[in-house]
Amino acid sequence: MNPDRPVSPHLQIYRWPLAMVISILHRITGAALAAGALLLVVLLVAVAADPATYGMFKEYLLTGLGQAFLILWMLALFLHLFNGVRHLVFDAGFGFGIEATRISGIMVLLATVVLTAAVWLVAWLY
Amino acid sequence: MAQFNLPANSVVKPGKTYPPATASRNVKKVIVYRYDPDSKKNPRTDTYEIDLDTCGPMVLDALIKIKNEIDATLTFRRSCREGICGSCSMNINGSNTLACIKAIGEIKGDLRIYPLPHMPVVKDLVVDLSRFYAQYASVKPWIQTQEQSSLERERLQTKSDRERLEGLEECILCACCSTSCPSYWWNSDRYLGPAVLLQAYRWIADSRDEATTERLEDLKDTFKLYRCHTIMNCTDTCPKGLNPAKAIAEIKKLTAAVGN
Repeated sequence: MNPDRPVSPHLQIYRWPLAMVISILHRITGAALAAGALLLVVLLVAVAADPATYGMFKEYLLTGLGQAFLILWMLALFLHLFNGVRHLVFDAGFGFGIEATRISGIMVLLATVVLTAAVWLVAWLY
Repeated sequence: MAQFNLPANSVVKPGKTYPPATASRNVKKVIVYRYDPDSKKNPRTDTYEIDLDTCGPMVLDALIKIKNEIDATLTFRRSCREGICGSCSMNINGSNTLACIKAIGEIKGDLRIYPLPHMPVVKDLVVDLSRFYAQYASVKPWIQTQEQSSLERERLQTKSDRERLEGLEECILCACCSTSCPSYWWNSDRYLGPAVLLQAYRWIADSRDEATTERLEDLKDTFKLYRCHTIMNCTDTCPKGLNPAKAIAEIKKLTAAVGN
């Protein structure tokens, strides 16, 4: 192939279907969850150290920034979880129609938002 | 490694604007990607304002009108004008499709026409498909049998065996699906892409073919097959309404059972 030829535009011009959006979100949330797992390590270290360290850790998480981080983390977790189940169904050979894919995509997004909201509602009420 | 932005020689610059030739109230702006290999200049987008009252209904009609009446240098492939040859595949307002079966009326606002995405551009809307065809040849898209064919009798199929080829044999290799796939954009040197995998499955699913195991073993590869991450752009964009993503899923199910 002639190396002088330009590459035609791709990401620059392609209109993103919903499934493509969810696909890249699945990757981003996967990476975010791996990074977020570090926080679990910090939590364990804080618990193992002494009550004062754990108290400090807890205080950080109760700040606005800490809460926002936790909400984003949970959104990532639920999206990755539900879309992972969707992919299991795909791998079994089901749900490949354009309409079926759109509906399952919307269901994943709805379930993610609703469950995250529900968990935080419970967390803040009690 | 995937490169998400365009290399310096591929960045699209603003181009010329051609105002409408006649006074009409039914004018459509058609923005077309242009690249002239002889000019040594970057690609550009030219804007043509055309009178829809004197234009056929399809996007291909608009391109032919521009070529006939405004700018004879505009270059694109076309042949059958009825969605069966697969020549006029291109990116129209963000999705890959065949210009001959895409109605201008379906598009609100300006009409934006680009070549198939992430491909080497030969000229204007013509891209180099040689790798795509080489990949197609690599899956041996012909019948393979142990027994010699007989001159006395055809290779017969039951009705239900023939039905397994529905949705597969209609593929016209226009490359809309493969060039809509981000995985193919980043890995087209090693990933076969949806069109070629659908064609591969067309022979795997054929009851008369006797090389199924060899075909599956050849495809069982991290790159050739498993760069498919079920992004679903292929099925979303196919102008023939086929489902390459489903065909790939079927291959994955079968390869999982082979050689284990």
